[in-house]
Amino acid sequence: MPRFEYAPAPESPAIVDIKPSYGLFIGGEFVAPTDGGVIKSVNPASEEVLAEVAEAGPNDVDRAVRAARAAYENHWRRMPGRERAKYLFRIARIIAERSRELAVLESLDNGKPIRESRDTDLPLVAAHFFYYAGWADKLKYAGFGPDPQPIGVAGQVIPWNFPLLMLAWKIAPALACGNTVVLKPAETTPLTALTFAEICQQADLPPGVVNIVTGAGATGAALVNHPDVDKVAFTGSTEVGKQIARSVAGTRKRVTLELGGKAANIVFDDAAIDQAVEGIVNGIFFNQGHVCCAGSRLLVQESVYDELLESLKRRMARLRVGDPLDKNTDIGAINSSAQLERIRTLSEIGVQEGAEPWSPPCELPDRGFWFAPTIFTGVSQAHRIAREEIFGPVLSVLTFRTPAEAVAKANNTPYGLSAGIWSEKGSRILSVADRLRAGVVWANTFNKFDPSSPFGGYKESGYGREGGRHGLEAYLA
Amino acid sequence: MTATAPPLAEVARSEAALRAFLHGLPGVDQVGAEQRAAALATRSIKTTAKAWAIDLAIRMVDLTTLEGADTPGKVRALCAKARRPDPLDPDCPSVAAVCVYPSLIGTAATELAGTGIHIASVATAFPSGQAPLPVKLAEVRQAVTDGADEVDMVINRGAFLAGRYQQVYEEIVEVKQACGDAHLKVILETGELATYDNVRRASWLAMLAGGDFIKTSTGKVQPAATLPVTLVMLEAVRDFHQATGRRVGVKPAGGIRTAKDAIRYLVLVNETAGEDWLDPDRFRIGASTLLNDLLMQRQKLATGHYSGPDYVTLD
Repeated sequence: MPRFEYAPAPESPAIVDIKPSYGLFIGGEFVAPTDGGVIKSVNPASEEVLAEVAEAGPNDVDRAVRAARAAYENHWRRMPGRERAKYLFRIARIIAERSRELAVLESLDNGKPIRESRDTDLPLVAAHFFYYAGWADKLKYAGFGPDPQPIGVAGQVIPWNFPLLMLAWKIAPALACGNTVVLKPAETTPLTALTFAEICQQADLPPGVVNIVTGAGATGAALVNHPDVDKVAFTGSTEVGKQIARSVAGTRKRVTLELGGKAANIVFDDAAIDQAVEGIVNGIFFNQGHVCCAGSRLLVQESVYDELLESLKRRMARLRVGDPLDKNTDIGAINSSAQLERIRTLSEIGVQEGAEPWSPPCELPDRGFWFAPTIFTGVSQAHRIAREEIFGPVLSVLTFRTPAEAVAKANNTPYGLSAGIWSEKGSRILSVADRLRAGVVWANTFNKFDPSSPFGGYKESGYGREGGRHGLEAYLA
Repeated sequence: MTATAPPLAEVARSEAALRAFLHGLPGVDQVGAEQRAAALATRSIKTTAKAWAIDLAIRMVDLTTLEGADTPGKVRALCAKARRPDPLDPDCPSVAAVCVYPSLIGTAATELAGTGIHIASVATAFPSGQAPLPVKLAEVRQAVTDGADEVDMVINRGAFLAGRYQQVYEEIVEVKQACGDAHLKVILETGELATYDNVRRASWLAMLAGGDFIKTSTGKVQPAATLPVTLVMLEAVRDFHQATGRRVGVKPAGGIRTAKDAIRYLVLVNETAGEDWLDPDRFRIGASTLLNDLLMQRQKLATGHYSGPDYVTLD
């Protein structure tokens, strides 16, 4: 037993008010689905059902798109930017005021530790709305022409890893530019989006400007394929992204896709080792590794390999896995049984292919979906665990000798979302960053996000940029 | 005149070798170190863990008075408090040590005889260290003769910042010899070292030269102890132990005033150097006002209500 045993310090779930069932948010009101079924949202840490939500069918999606179209034509597109900004500022303030409640709800529905939902997700969500509220009346100075216009109705489909943050990335710039939206949250994490719908009501947002249709893949497909959607924005897997690209090909719809990744985190022998280890841990174990830009391939210069690996293992032994609502938890629950299955399968393949797994001793709860933080050593570029996105707390460790080899290995992937460089030598960081084919390159840090910074991928990690001034472009004609 | 264990015995053989070694230590990324310290500061220590941590923190306090206006009476009062911090609760542990100026060691020694509480004295022309070496050494010898079993020395920051590492090293080695059996705490005065890289180098220098503890600050310079500085020093003692097998203690001093602060330091110790350092022999907190907040929080945990400063003694 450890000498300094941290007593449980759980955040109280009593702060959230979860309804037994939720309808669809269409035209400013919660309505029952006309042709859909019901799906259950489960707490992945306990497998308890949190609430039932509607599964929108094609008719429901059509109703939502028509509501968005009406709101667009009748008032939102014509409203002066400074007026739209007021709504966005109001929404941002309400989110900040209700951040504790939203953080708890996010952790309940998603399984992520409350420390992350409280200290990372929610502050960024509010910051995104504040940031884009500021752009709403300054669009003509954004560099996209003297009088940029909104596109129309945006159909937006978001993933389950950062439910409310991805909603903010999608809705804030769309609304700031004068578009209206129909958003479909992921089927396993719809609850914060539905609470966001209540916040839209609280902010007196005109009905139909934001519509939220819950459901699974079929609902998303109905939304993406709806003929009256002008713009499609998707964040999720590369596989689904390709389907979407195919289905909108030849239509007038504009598309942005933010897809998977297999980021290289490159540690040079002159790196600040202790901080590099922190960065590696943050890069792959943040949010249970359910991060599209996770640093899932560690490339270590051979001369510091032993030292670094020992430090990394020692650090991993300190990770606290367990109750997502405990304020001292570092790693929470895997979001769903399906995702857990995928992580297990790929890990087993890693073992079969000859890589060596290592996990710190850690006790996992009996109920819920859990996977111990794991590193694989002896991994080569040919291994599937070095090529495929695992989307879990699993790190593949590879080595390199020269900067050229590091760059070649880092770029040797169909993805290109992010990368990390660790070195105390500024000139090396700049020269390597120049040669990495990744949308975001972090130097001596990892998984750092800011609303003013654009985010997006190269190659099969997608196209288009979200965040920053660049993020406006996708929503302006 | 070498004080280091065999694996590193050679690094201090010349100015060049020492410089090469210290500058070859991995760098510290400022942003990353501060982020890590801030993240650990969000640990939530409650109920049983809090009670345990508060008692441990009391046992780690070097109860300190270092004022020009100190009198034997003040030191006697401090010693009484060190022995029995909470007069109402005999179960409340004693502090680790009382820390005074050399002229008051005799008073403290009389008061603390047989209690097991250590008598620490600052020496070596504290706090500036700006005196000739023979004067510093004479002061150390006198302090030990008068009854100090722990000596808190200051390093020669001028020499360190000018890159004269061997001079700093030799001074520490000589002070250590002058200490005899007394434990040596080496004050780095991190507030004057400017970078975390320097903190790491100075930590290694002090450990190589034989320091039993490395200590952040005199308390006379701002900033004094901070969480990131202490993080870097804890990493240094952890790595030094790995390289040599010798465990060196760490003492943050100055600016730690609340129980909440103290617990944050203990979390830092636990998750950086590890639980072997959760012991008054390996970790101390240099403080004067901290003890009263620890006592008030301790009373609150025991009774369920907060009594306020009138219910703990002034000094």
